[in-house]
Amino acid sequence: MERDTRIGGNRDRFPETRRSAVRRAADADPEVRARALDTLIAAYWKPVYKHLRIGWKASNEEAKDWTQGFFARCLEKGQIEKYDPARGTFRAYLRLAADSYVSNERKAAGRLKRGGDVAFVPLDFETAEGEIRQHPPSDDLSAEQQFDQEWTRTLFQLSHSALAAALRAEGKEVHLALFERYDLEADGPAPRPTYQELATAHAIPVTQVTNYLSATRRRFREIVLRTLREITGSEVEFAEEARRLLGIDPT
Amino acid sequence: MKWISDAGIARLRAGMEEPDLTGTKYRLRSLLSRGGMGAVYLVDDLELERTVALKLLALPDPTPEDLARLTQEARILAQLEHPGIVPIHDVGSLADGRLYYVMKWVRGVRLDARMPVSLEEAVSIVERLCEAVAFAHAHGVIHRDLKPENVMVGEFGEVLVLDWGVAKVRPQVDARPERTAALGTPASPASPPSLPNGAGTQPGTILGTPGYMAPEQERGEDAGPATDVWGLGALLHYLLSGSPPPRDPAERGGSLPPSVPRPLASIVRKALAPTPEARFAGALEVRDDLLRFRAREPVTAHRESLFERIARLAGKYRTPILIIVAYLVMRAALILWLRR
Repeated sequence: MERDTRIGGNRDRFPETRRSAVRRAADADPEVRARALDTLIAAYWKPVYKHLRIGWKASNEEAKDWTQGFFARCLEKGQIEKYDPARGTFRAYLRLAADSYVSNERKAAGRLKRGGDVAFVPLDFETAEGEIRQHPPSDDLSAEQQFDQEWTRTLFQLSHSALAAALRAEGKEVHLALFERYDLEADGPAPRPTYQELATAHAIPVTQVTNYLSATRRRFREIVLRTLREITGSEVEFAEEARRLLGIDPT
Repeated sequence: MKWISDAGIARLRAGMEEPDLTGTKYRLRSLLSRGGMGAVYLVDDLELERTVALKLLALPDPTPEDLARLTQEARILAQLEHPGIVPIHDVGSLADGRLYYVMKWVRGVRLDARMPVSLEEAVSIVERLCEAVAFAHAHGVIHRDLKPENVMVGEFGEVLVLDWGVAKVRPQVDARPERTAALGTPASPASPPSLPNGAGTQPGTILGTPGYMAPEQERGEDAGPATDVWGLGALLHYLLSGSPPPRDPAERGGSLPPSVPRPLASIVRKALAPTPEARFAGALEVRDDLLRFRAREPVTAHRESLFERIARLAGKYRTPILIIVAYLVMRAALILWLRR
């Protein structure tokens, strides 16, 4: 009987604790600080951009300038270091900070545009625009809910990218293909495939499909938790978000 | 980055939450319920060929202390053999580190799903809860999280207390063996279950559920039998009114429907007294007062007026009183007829 090949061998417990990037953003070492800010911008720029485009009804050019300007200001003014976990989640803090920034920018319209001369991780505005066009957000959601949903999507997208890179590096393309086809893409026009269909398509036994999917989900879960810990502001926030994302609403 | 739709996000979340039972003797059947402490799944025990309930704890990053606490709960429950307490079969951790325990699958409904209930049923349910809780107290165990979601009413009306996840073991066994023996399996002479190192609750830790937490629990103080007495009072309040008791004791005067008799309302109030000393001494005292209420006897929680006493006695001895009144009326009628 074929046995499941565990991704990552037997070390499949929870990922080792990584310090929150929010905390690292205040590190004395400029290199650590820069890496932390890159991590945070990668996780938050798209929710902020879409929030400005949809919530503030900004044009794409306006939203682009404001997103860049907002993050540039965060870097210049040490906005991330000012975050106090006792006052709410980092996600809510950043959204409110973005709102405040845009409000001030609108009042001071015509002033020198900010952010254009500040370099940080490249932001793929074109893809974000394409997503808004192809998948317009539901009108039933509030601006806050839309921001939260976009944040969750970005978290999962980042985690998926990390998972895909790790699996490809380990030569586990079949694991990745099964996971993407069954868990990620199954809401398209074609119905969700059965395990039997997946087994036939990849010429493996059905039991292997079960095992591969299970192992890949476990690995994905580990990556999501690791990423989550990095982009949340405190252990309390991390624990609450982990519960929420695992389907258990702490409220 | 690959686009992930809202449906994809929902599916990924479900996939991550679903327990991977590879390497265990269980096979997943379905999700039974979900709560703040975790999710409960219906699973098949492939070894013993029976269906059981598996509770998966909602801890994102479990520590050895968490596993110790879970083991503690399993040990506690293993000692509490009572028809009102759900027995536990197994405890362990999944390959991804998440912790679970396996308990008997109770076919029934949670108390909150059974609402509304009649006054008689409410009293009867709390009486049986009192017995299970008193049995646990006699073994040195305080539940600390009595609430509608943790009470199951079985197919045949049996009442069971679930989820001893935040239970606390006290060092001393209740010194009232004669009362304990009357409730079920006699208390074991052995010492109560010992706490593994580090598994005890740190002073100041707040465990429980808002709305059903005793005031001393909310303050993070030490919990004792009186804490569960408060929980029993809160459950009785819920069964009689459909909602947990208001936080402010001053608001509790009118929180029960007017149809609730004053002696019963007094039992609720006494169980919910702000200080542990002002409450019933234990769960059995609550049950005894409920039994007195049902038997139309004076309850310790309520000082009745003369009018209430007459009304109570009239209710209790209604049949003999009616017979005497009927006799007197007939006799008076006969005398009047003879004098005509």
